[in-house]
Amino acid sequence: MRGLRAHVVLRDRDVDVVVEVGPDECVAVIGPNGAGKSSIVEAVAGLLALDAGSIDIDGSTVDGGRRPAPPHRRRVGLVAQRSDLFPNLSVAGNVGYGPRSTGRRGREARVASDRALALVDAVGLADRDPATLSGGQAQRVAIARALAADPAVLLLDEPTSALDVEARGSVRAALATAIAGRPSLLVTHDPIEVVTLATRVLVVDRGRVVESGTTAEVLGRPTSDFGAAFSGLVLLPGTATAGGIALDGGGELSGRTRVEPPGRRCLAAYHPTAAVVGPDGSGLLRTVTALEPRDGLVRIHAQELVADVTVAAASRLGLAVGDDVRIAVPVGEVDVYEPRR
Amino acid sequence: MTSRSGTAAPWWLPVPAVLGGLFVVVPVLAMVGRVDWTSFVALVTAPSSLTALGLSLGTAAAATGIAFVLGLPLAVVFSRVRSRWVGVARAVVLLPLVLPPVVGGLALLAAFGRIGPVGGFLADHGVRIAFTTAAVVMAQTFVAMPFLVSAIEGSLRIGGDRLERIASTLGAGPTRVLFTVTIPRALPGIASGLVLCFARALGEFGATLTFAGSLEGVTRTLPLEIYLQREVDPDTAVALALVLVVVAVVVIGLTSIRTGARAAWS
Repeated sequence: MRGLRAHVVLRDRDVDVVVEVGPDECVAVIGPNGAGKSSIVEAVAGLLALDAGSIDIDGSTVDGGRRPAPPHRRRVGLVAQRSDLFPNLSVAGNVGYGPRSTGRRGREARVASDRALALVDAVGLADRDPATLSGGQAQRVAIARALAADPAVLLLDEPTSALDVEARGSVRAALATAIAGRPSLLVTHDPIEVVTLATRVLVVDRGRVVESGTTAEVLGRPTSDFGAAFSGLVLLPGTATAGGIALDGGGELSGRTRVEPPGRRCLAAYHPTAAVVGPDGSGLLRTVTALEPRDGLVRIHAQELVADVTVAAASRLGLAVGDDVRIAVPVGEVDVYEPRR
Repeated sequence: MTSRSGTAAPWWLPVPAVLGGLFVVVPVLAMVGRVDWTSFVALVTAPSSLTALGLSLGTAAAATGIAFVLGLPLAVVFSRVRSRWVGVARAVVLLPLVLPPVVGGLALLAAFGRIGPVGGFLADHGVRIAFTTAAVVMAQTFVAMPFLVSAIEGSLRIGGDRLERIASTLGAGPTRVLFTVTIPRALPGIASGLVLCFARALGEFGATLTFAGSLEGVTRTLPLEIYLQREVDPDTAVALALVLVVVAVVVIGLTSIRTGARAAWS
């Protein structure tokens, strides 16, 4: 099979993860810091030795037998958080490094380098010294450098997280071109990257895959806490009812979707800004457990429920930790669904 | 005067600092003052002086070359391998830094002298090392290589091996990575290491005298010549010493130009 199939087992980091990337796929790996995401990338690249498992790239096993293939024989392209351009080479020299390493002559390497630079819209930078580039330019050159080596798998390890907001746009555009028609593994914390680049998403937590699915599934109907937090949703477990869900924490929410037949285990998701908070009324009765400021809003944590209200509303409610509060979520804002297997 | 916050040095610190500076500068200036300028050129260009100078420059250059060829791999290994044995190996390799040179000379003699394990073997095959020019080069390499190794290792440790890892994913094998990434990255350290190593080799005295002796034209380098002349002809000794001072100043100048250029870079 073209693409990547990796079963990565790293005992000292407690990682045991299976990752599959199809020929035209970009699979995003998301998860909390320290979950083992970068370790997976390093293991695939051959920079970290497997304790068990196997790695197949482009149909051939590069790891898992007695002698794992060294990184330079794996045909992986790696773009990390830092562009790490070779300071002693020009931009064209950097991008031509891969072709030259695989035995191509100067002119051929230059052609390959120009082609790769064109893909990331950086032809004009060819003769520059890497030290003179901006962060976004350097990262686009790093992408071109990985592409010029014609990798069988592209590994993108938080490629935009070290950049400022303006630079991210151009680098995302370059990434979109880079991954077209190429199996790619994208480690990221950026929801925009997931939405614009990934076809599937893997949620990794504490060294295990806790959720996987298409991008729409994971972002819209998350089943793991991290997956829900990534899309900013509140995830509630419960039991299906005729109109929605009976929450494990007590009370019932009506949903715009429902799970048949009633009685099955299911999940409900809503966005905290949709919740309506009042001192009384028909909402679910909960106790305020924490209050935190959040981008011009006040986030109210009331046991397992979360609601975002404006600062003015928060002041009107006069809530404090320990107060009782009623939280209602409009029926159109609640999605009730079964967890994916 | 602008007041700087927090980092001001104690008021009394300049006193020992100036004393320290004078302690180095005064003897050198005093020696320059002793130079007999009317006969300086004649003394320095005397055949025995020129022979010693030529021998010194030649052997120091050879020692620096050998130290580079052997020391660069050592530095790369020390900076890469994460084993506690590397710490032990590093301590052993850097031993000549703290060892009295005479002791180093004795150690070399023990190994490469006619009755030493290596020297005995070589002697059986008609090769003699002790008390030859080769011995001078070996003595200098022995004492000077640690400077090169630690300078290169220091520059390799900056920034870790991230560039090497990237290069390997781009399809470059280990040898190619060494020559296209690691060595270019270590160039600042290599340059200062070479300069330090050359300077140390040029000034080598104790190990050379012990292991190589003092045969004119064969093993009598400039420091040995200066030491000998000091008893016979102090004027020549001072004149030759000044030559070594000038070489040292040039060497220091080379390093500081390089450091300045690096500061301007970043």
